[in-house]
Amino acid sequence: MKFSKTLMATTALTVAAAGTVYAAAHAEMADSMTLVSWGGAYQASQQKAYVEPYLENNSDVSISWDESSAEAVAKLRAMNEAGNVTWDLVDVVAADAIRLCDEGLAMEIDHDESLAAAPDGTEASDDFGDLIVSDCFIPQIVYSTTFGYRTDMVPEGAEAPNDICDVWDLETYPGKRALEKRPINNMEWALLCDGVAKEEVYDVLATEEGQDQALAKLGEIKDEVIWWSAGADTPQLLADGEIFMGSTYNGRLFSVIEEQDQPVGMMWDAQVFDLDGWIVPADLPEDRLARVMDFLSFATDTQRLADQAKYISYGPARESSAPLVGQHAELGIEMAPHMPTDPNNAQNTFLYNYEFWADYRDDIDAKFQAWLAQ
Amino acid sequence: MSDASTDPDKIEGPTPDNAMRAAAAADRDDGPMLAADGTPLKRSLARSLRVQKMRALMLIAPLLIFVLVTFIAPIGDMLFRSVENQIVSETLPRTTRALADWDSTSGDLPEERVYEGLFYDLFIAEARKEHTRLGTRLNYEQTGMSSLFRRSGRSLDDVSDIYLDQFEDLDEAWDEGRPWAELMGDPEWIAEQEAFDAAEDEGQMPRFQLRDGIEDVLPRAASTYETFARFAQVEDEDSPLDEEPWGLVHTALYYDLMEADVASYDGPQADLLQAADAAVGGFESVTFKEGLLEIDEDWGSTETWTTLQMYSPDYTSGYFLNAVDMQKTADGPALRDADERIYGLLFQRTLFMSLVITFSCIMLGYPVAYLLSTLPARSANLLMILVLLPFWTSLLVRTSAWKVMLQQQGVINDVLVWLGLVGDGSRLVMINNQFGTIVAMTHILLPFMILPMYSVMSTIPPSYVRAAKSLGATNITAFRRVYFPQSVPGIGAGSILVFILAIGYYITPEIVGGTTGTFISNRIAYHISSSLNWGLAAALGSILLVVVLVLYWAYDRIVGIDNVKLGG
Repeated sequence: MKFSKTLMATTALTVAAAGTVYAAAHAEMADSMTLVSWGGAYQASQQKAYVEPYLENNSDVSISWDESSAEAVAKLRAMNEAGNVTWDLVDVVAADAIRLCDEGLAMEIDHDESLAAAPDGTEASDDFGDLIVSDCFIPQIVYSTTFGYRTDMVPEGAEAPNDICDVWDLETYPGKRALEKRPINNMEWALLCDGVAKEEVYDVLATEEGQDQALAKLGEIKDEVIWWSAGADTPQLLADGEIFMGSTYNGRLFSVIEEQDQPVGMMWDAQVFDLDGWIVPADLPEDRLARVMDFLSFATDTQRLADQAKYISYGPARESSAPLVGQHAELGIEMAPHMPTDPNNAQNTFLYNYEFWADYRDDIDAKFQAWLAQ
Repeated sequence: MSDASTDPDKIEGPTPDNAMRAAAAADRDDGPMLAADGTPLKRSLARSLRVQKMRALMLIAPLLIFVLVTFIAPIGDMLFRSVENQIVSETLPRTTRALADWDSTSGDLPEERVYEGLFYDLFIAEARKEHTRLGTRLNYEQTGMSSLFRRSGRSLDDVSDIYLDQFEDLDEAWDEGRPWAELMGDPEWIAEQEAFDAAEDEGQMPRFQLRDGIEDVLPRAASTYETFARFAQVEDEDSPLDEEPWGLVHTALYYDLMEADVASYDGPQADLLQAADAAVGGFESVTFKEGLLEIDEDWGSTETWTTLQMYSPDYTSGYFLNAVDMQKTADGPALRDADERIYGLLFQRTLFMSLVITFSCIMLGYPVAYLLSTLPARSANLLMILVLLPFWTSLLVRTSAWKVMLQQQGVINDVLVWLGLVGDGSRLVMINNQFGTIVAMTHILLPFMILPMYSVMSTIPPSYVRAAKSLGATNITAFRRVYFPQSVPGIGAGSILVFILAIGYYITPEIVGGTTGTFISNRIAYHISSSLNWGLAAALGSILLVVVLVLYWAYDRIVGIDNVKLGG
């Protein structure tokens, strides 16, 4: 603390000595920041789209990354209990943002006040719209969990799979499947293919019978399933030819198909939309908070969100960013058709039901894990 | 060499000889045995031993303190969470008190005063943003609690606004901070707060004090206003003089005025209060029960209240029951439904697989250790490097390598298909199951078996086996009766090491274990990092710790811990 104050003072002095007016406005901002993200291609896209442009204007700031988003909730809770939160801005999925907000570990944000308005003057809260699923959550991207399949393993004479129920069709499409080792998404897909109407899926899943029905449906393919727990598993299994089809995040599949040129196809049917975005840890010291809010307002403006789509195929969370999405930075292909939100891809979609899973997560997960272990 | 100064018989003072002599003399006197300096021998010995012990303790003190502070204390703290449950009574103090004598088996809902307590508690918890945390906690026990608390927190204003609006309609003054502060606050505090507000200083506000006697006139409103004022001062850093109180205070005032007689009240704001008292009789009102049921009908289910009552105490056995596939019910602990039992199975599987892994390590490690100890030093060193090599490679890399080896399109299957031993369509499934976990973990833990075995075997003199053979023993007999018994302490040490490491492993089973090859530690990790149910994770961890200690004790009784050697 003392050290960082000295550091701050020194920096402020140096900058002031250089005679810039800049220092006056920024003296009370911390000069370093720790961002937390997922690592890999996603974090790289954030580095290129947000951090590098920000550093161009704020060369005195140093930004470091911590690749801990997968355990962000547990780690933040531990840091909070120890009274020493070292993170400044944390990238989490929406469900985790809701939990962090519930636990009082994330700060509530006034979206209109803290974030930049769209170029046409639309307030941030309208621009993000329904994607602000929690008062603590600043959405960045819309991603989806969907299926990829090996194009060279589609049996001759059969069409490429284009229906979620093809996952269950072992006769037409023999071979292993990869599904995530948790009930979320799998249970919905199972019910959908067991004849439950899309609107009723969660009503059915809220009942014991509905949960048993979903598990029974999953039981039909249980012997053919490899259960994954890391997002990188399915792309690897697909590349090795270990499975015929598997679920994962659409950006991972894009990378396998377009960047690594593997014989893999995309099946968009019944893709489940989910959101990813920032939260600010609660009770940050003032100087760090000031820096974070400055960065946040920059990094979530319309242009920055659209820029991120140059590096990864996740849809920007602002409505005003969508028309600005251009070409991939290296491959030069149009990114719009690869976005999960593209009308062609989004003909049949689900939105992750946060409220439902906040309630049923513990219960259904216990059942699901017991079912898996049998 | 025995001149006057070194002859033991000539030296005076506390020498061993003199002590013995003194003791002999003391014996003759039938008194206590004395040391050379005249103190009783027993005490003298005890003192010198104590000094030695203290010195030894001082020497290990840094390590001891380090271990206590960084290892034992955090573990103790973590394990303590397995019974800790203060969150319920801290967040809902009034509710849990009022609920204590509700009979959950009666089938009736709790009385109005329980709902009243809940309303007050929830309102305050909502202001502090603690209600959702409690919802998450209780959701581990009953599905739906999480959203019940979140929804209720959002809608409490619907009830309190009924009263707030009516007071406001009656007199605008009820909508302002100042009249409230004068009604409730100690005049001295008001003066101090005014001075503080005028100074516009940073720093701590003068702590809010209730005015003497106001509690007797308006008990509910005074206590809620006090909570509000302190909250405004500390959390929001706002002056209560300018802040309109929560609707909760208006609600409390309504109920106070319905009961109390304020005709004789002559303190500040007496007119305002008496006018309100005259009017409240005609106010529209709802009972707390109606209000809460309107917000969420789950407050009208006895199941919700049974859960709340069951988890009201500060300490709970709930996590431990959950960890052994049981649950609390109104009629005491009961087994969970068959389709929700998982931990018993996982504990068994963890123990069984750890034993299998330990056994395969012994089988594979023994010949290697034997070879190491008998080869000439040059080749033994080379072999030793090969044994140690895995230690220089990351655990994740070694585990992932097994994936490449064992998967269906992997190296081993490819070779087998190429050799024609298995058909292309019937490739062996060797990973994402128990087999994969056993293979990978045996490989990873093998050095921990070989090293202690090697260090024991290298101390067995080769001449013993030669002697046995020269006395006519066959190779097998010499090994069985002479060599093997001497190497048992090494096996014992290696087994304990491997077994205890295996029982707590979770990265390898997570990667290669699929669904049938995962351990209890995978569930512990899940509850720590994903579900955030740290209480259950702590309970599972405690059980695992106890199991290991019991096994260690059994091992000591059967094999004897003295028979374990890590070397020489």
